[in-house]
Amino acid sequence: MASIDIQGVGKSYGAVPVLHEVDLSIQDGEFVVLVGPSGCGKSTLLRMIAGLEGITRGDIRIAGRVVNELAPKDRDIAMVFQSYALYPHMTVRDNMSYSLKLRGTPSERMAQVVNAAAAKLGLESFLDRKPRTLSGGQRQRVAMGRSIVRKPKAFLFDEPLSNLDARLREQMRVEIKKLHRELGTTSIYVTHDQVEAMTLADRIVAMNAGAVQQVGTPLDLYERPTNLFVASFIGSPAINVLDGTLHGDGERRFVALGSGETMPVSDRIQGRDGQAVRVGVRPEDVQVSTRGEGDHTGQIELVEPMGLGTILHIRTVSSALKAFVLERAHYQIGTDVAFSLPAPKLHIFDAQTGQRLPDQAVSP
Amino acid sequence: MTSSARSTPYWILHYGLLALYVAFALFPLYWLLKVSVTPNNLLYSEGIRLWPSRSSLAHYTFVLAHSDFPLFFKNSLIVSGSTAATVTLIAALSGYAMSRFDFRGKMWLVGLMLITQMFPLVMLVAPIFKLFSPLGLTNSLTGLVIVYTAFNVPFATFLMQSFFDGIPKDLEEAAMIDGASRFRAFRQIILPLTLPGIAATLGFVFTAAWSELLFALMLVSKADASTFPVGLLSFVSKFSVDFGQMMAAGILALIPACLFFLLIQRYLVRGLTAGAVKG
Ligand SMILES: Nc1ncnc2c1ncn2[C@@H]1O[C@H](COP(=O)(O)OP(=O)(O)OP(=O)(O)O)[C@@H](O)[C@H]1O
Ligand SMILES: [Mg+2]
Repeated sequence: MASIDIQGVGKSYGAVPVLHEVDLSIQDGEFVVLVGPSGCGKSTLLRMIAGLEGITRGDIRIAGRVVNELAPKDRDIAMVFQSYALYPHMTVRDNMSYSLKLRGTPSERMAQVVNAAAAKLGLESFLDRKPRTLSGGQRQRVAMGRSIVRKPKAFLFDEPLSNLDARLREQMRVEIKKLHRELGTTSIYVTHDQVEAMTLADRIVAMNAGAVQQVGTPLDLYERPTNLFVASFIGSPAINVLDGTLHGDGERRFVALGSGETMPVSDRIQGRDGQAVRVGVRPEDVQVSTRGEGDHTGQIELVEPMGLGTILHIRTVSSALKAFVLERAHYQIGTDVAFSLPAPKLHIFDAQTGQRLPDQAVSP
Repeated sequence: MTSSARSTPYWILHYGLLALYVAFALFPLYWLLKVSVTPNNLLYSEGIRLWPSRSSLAHYTFVLAHSDFPLFFKNSLIVSGSTAATVTLIAALSGYAMSRFDFRGKMWLVGLMLITQMFPLVMLVAPIFKLFSPLGLTNSLTGLVIVYTAFNVPFATFLMQSFFDGIPKDLEEAAMIDGASRFRAFRQIILPLTLPGIAATLGFVFTAAWSELLFALMLVSKADASTFPVGLLSFVSKFSVDFGQMMAAGILALIPACLFFLLIQRYLVRGLTAGAVKG
C-alpha cells in the first residue's frame, strides 16, 4: 500500500500532446476513479503510472519514490486490463500464481495464497481450467484474482467491467468495492461509466481532452460541478442546460432565457449584469406540476418510465428539458404541465468559458 | 447455413472440384513415383501407361548403395536444418521488435528488407562468390547456410511479425506488471503462443533451403559439399539422363521434407484455427 503523487505530468506522442499538466495526489488506501469521455487520456495516465508508457514531463511518485525511470516489474503494482489479458496457455491457477512464481515464492505458500484468493472470488472449481473455457465474468474474476494474490502497492483498473453485461457489471462493482474495503489497497480505476465512478470512488477525477477538470468526492462533482463539462458528464439522466443572460437589478438576480422568460437565481451568484450564461439544472430538481403550480409551462413530449421514477421530456416555447419525477402519476404525452426551477438548485456557468460562476459562499 | 442444410449435388460438386485440384497438383509427384519404380528396359518400350507392367526398387538400391546421394542428402539436411534454425531464431527476435517497438529508422529498415526481396538473385551470384572465396566459404556448407540465412531472414521476419501482431500487447504488459522483464515475458508468455508461427517459419525456410539450386550450384564445385539438388543434376550425363535413378533420388529427397512437416503440422493446424476460438 502506498500513496501516489502525480506532479505536472504531461504526455505527448511526437508533437501531439495527449495529457497536459496533470497534478493529482492519491492517499494511501484511497479509491480514486478517473472518468472522462473516450480518448481523453485516462488509459494513458494509468499506463504511465504502471510504467507501460513513458512520461514526457513531470514526476510520478509511488510511496514517495520517483518512479519515472522504473520498469513496470519494479513498481510493485497490479493491473486489471479491459481485455483481462489472461495468459491463454496457462491454467487459471498458473495465471494467478505467475507473479508469485516470478518472485520465487515457495510452492506451498503459493498454493495457499492462490487457494485463498480463489475462494474469495468463487473460482475454486475453475483452477485447473484454461481461460478460453471460462465465461466473460469468470475471466474477469481470474484477472482480479491475479492481482490480489500478491500485496501490491496499488491496484490499477482499466475499464475492467466494460465487457460484461449490465447485471454482471453491477455485481462485480459491488465485489470490487467490498474487496477494497477488505484489502484497503490504494486503487486507481479508469472508466467512462459515470455510474461506476459515482458508486465506487472515494474521489473522482473528471478528465477531458487530456486535462483534469475537477477532483472531488462523487457528491462534490454532482452538486458543485466546477464547469459545464463536469456538470454534463456526471449524472444520469444528464443535466439540462439552458442558455440565458444574467441580470441583476438591485437586490434581485435573475436569468432571462432566450424566450423572454425569467427565472430567479441565488443572489450570491457573482456575475456581471448582462453576462451570457448557461444554466444547468438536474432533472430531479425540476419541480413538475399538472395542476398549474409553477413559473414556467410546457408540454410533455415523451415519457420514459424507469421503474424507480419517470423521465419526462418537456417542451417549452424556447427549449426542451428533462424532468425526473418519483411519483407514479400517469403522465400522458401531450399534457400541459407547469414546472419551476428552484433557485438554489441552479448551476450557473459562464457561456464563454463554461466555468461555474463563483458564489459568495466560496469567494467572500 | 449449417452444412447439413446443403444439398447432395452441392457436396458432389464440392468434392469433385477438390478431387480435380488435388489430382492436378499431385500428378507430377505420382509420375515421379511411377518412373522411379520402372525398370530401365521398360521406360521407353511401354509407351505411356499409368503403371509399368513390372516394377522394381532397383533404382533405389543403386542410388543408396552406389552413388554419392547419401552424402548429398546429409549435406542438405545439415544446410537446411541449420538455416531453418538460424533464420527462425533471428526472425523471431526481429519480428518481435518490428511488431512491438517504434524505433528511429524503422521505415527505412522495412524498406531495405523489402528491396532485398525485389531483384533476381542471379545478380548476386558473382559478388557473393567474390566475397566468399577469399574467406574460404566457397565449397563449404557454412557458406551456404550464411547465404540462405541472409536471403530468408527478411521474409521470415515479416512472417513472424504478422504472428506477433496477432498476439495482444496486453499479454506481455500484464506479464511485465506481474514482475517479468520484457525478455522473460517474451520467452514465457509470447513465444509459447507463437509456436504455430515458429513452426510455419521453420517449415517455410527449411523447404526453401532444401530445394535451393542456384547458389548450391555456383558456390560449391566439389561433391563433398554438394547438396541434393546439385546431386540430382549428376544423373544428367553428357549422353543420357538416368531418369529412373534421378526420380528415385527425388522421392527419397521428399522424405525429410514430409517428416519435417509431419513433425510441425500439429502447430500449423493450431495456428490456422487459433483465430476461430476467440470471442
Ligand atoms: N501510441 C499512440 N500514438 C499516438 N496517439 C496515441 C497513442 N496512444 C494513444 N493516443 C492518443 O491519446 C489519446 C488518449 O488515449 P487514451 O487511450 O488514454 O484514451 P482513453 O481516455 O483511455 O479513452 P477510452 O475511454 O476510449 O479508453 C487519444 O486521443 C489517442 O488517440
Ligand atoms: Mg482507455
